[in-house]
Amino acid sequence: MAASFEISNLSAWYGKRLAIEDISLSVEPNQVTALIGPSGSGKSTLVRCLNRLHELLPGARAEGKVILDGENIYDDAVDAVSVRRAVGMVFQRPNPFPTMSILDNTIAGFKLNGRKPKAELQEIVERALTAAGLWDEVKDRLSAAATSLSGGQQQRLCIARAIAVQPEILLMDEPCSALDPVATLRIEDLIMELRERYTIVLVTHNMQQAARVADRTAFLLGELAGDPGRLIEIGPTKKIFTQPEDKRTEGYITGRFG
Amino acid sequence: MKGVSARRRATDRTMLTFLVLAVLLALVPLASILVEVILKGIGAIHGLSFFTQPPPGDANASGGGLANAIIGTLTMVALAAVVFIPLGILGAVYLTEFASGNRLSRAVRFFAEVMTGVPSIMVGVFAYSILVVLVFHHFSAIAGAFALGLIMWPIVLRTSEEMLSRVPTSVREASLALGTPKWRTVLKVVLPSAAAGLTTGSMLAVARAAGETAPLLFTALGSQYISFKLAQPMSALPLEIFSGAQSPFPDQIQRAWAGALTLIALVLVLTLVARFVAAKRSV
Repeated sequence: MAASFEISNLSAWYGKRLAIEDISLSVEPNQVTALIGPSGSGKSTLVRCLNRLHELLPGARAEGKVILDGENIYDDAVDAVSVRRAVGMVFQRPNPFPTMSILDNTIAGFKLNGRKPKAELQEIVERALTAAGLWDEVKDRLSAAATSLSGGQQQRLCIARAIAVQPEILLMDEPCSALDPVATLRIEDLIMELRERYTIVLVTHNMQQAARVADRTAFLLGELAGDPGRLIEIGPTKKIFTQPEDKRTEGYITGRFG
Repeated sequence: MKGVSARRRATDRTMLTFLVLAVLLALVPLASILVEVILKGIGAIHGLSFFTQPPPGDANASGGGLANAIIGTLTMVALAAVVFIPLGILGAVYLTEFASGNRLSRAVRFFAEVMTGVPSIMVGVFAYSILVVLVFHHFSAIAGAFALGLIMWPIVLRTSEEMLSRVPTSVREASLALGTPKWRTVLKVVLPSAAAGLTTGSMLAVARAAGETAPLLFTALGSQYISFKLAQPMSALPLEIFSGAQSPFPDQIQRAWAGALTLIALVLVLTLVARFVAAKRSV
């Protein structure tokens, strides 16, 4: 199932403000690609362009090419809804549906779209929750409200929800930023496991996290305040953290700014 | 470490006393209305016949009930609610989900705000000039329901808009990111998330409409008889209270008090039921 992204010359705007400019990079299958950079460098904007969620904000638009499965997702003939079905997303803050149970949240991707018969759903639920490392904790209370879970559990539920529909790629936008260190470690372990089956794009402001879980790391930076984010460099994580090619990358990872 | 100084403690006490007094003062009119209505109204309710009988033909006679007005109020408010609550909620969905921030939405919001401030008698005159003068050429329950609906509409629109905009963007995005089309997201995620608030807003509008007299004076007019005919004049509790209050006959005055008590009870029951339903649906 794992797929890849080939991003070329991608720019995105919020109204008149250019947020990311001319970004080109590739996301390899079955790898974790981390996007790092200081606040305002456009990491989240970039990742929200990859499932065409960015354009839903009033006044927001994107230009460029993002090839998924040999097809440009920004092609006029492509329906954004079908892109979002193929590309799963986990957000910064856990956002389970507050009116739904744990069970219904897990299968929300099917229920909200009126897809698949009921017979298979039990199996899907168990598989998704197991993959998200949540099954043992919730199997006896699947009908409880999703909001009754802790923050870390809610985030794992959101991961289960995203992978239940078996996307080709999983986008994670700072999935641990609202979690405590223990819950963060669990999610990181989970990301390593999920890599076996999915291609993952991980936005993080935590460089240690990128160093721990990412195969490849991309460094984004908007040099002056108000500058759009640009790709400074991308490479194997080890190389980025030990022998970066660009002075600015070195400055950032050694903590001289950002 | 020092203890709280005597001066700060005294200030705390004084301010707290003022606050409690302010609350009690606000409760005085409410409590006195309730007590007065219950004491004066309960006397005219002789068992169930009050709810099943129309008033006696002779206004000076005792006995009889206000079944005509209870049925009228329920009929017209229900008719208005069925048409105008969905209209208000749909309008709010458009404003928050599909047109947020554009010129049309700002204009609609502004006019809804103005409409909530229009004296209800003007709404009555408007309904009169259209439905009574131009369409039916006589008074009718439909005209009454139309006038009540116009009172409810902006209230439903504005409260619904407020409630819908409180649904966090993150919840909408969660649904959209799963590849749910926008219309399904609104229908299956946004509306259920706001269900409790939408119900409360609608009940507020229903309660307000159920108590309106002025819009009905020129439209439904009132009737002495139990009637289900929508194209004919119909009674309503506020109309009976209004005419009873002007009456020289003690029995009719007492029936008006009982009508007021019934109206309060009716609104209370409706609100409680709606709250209960909303609480059950949104866990």
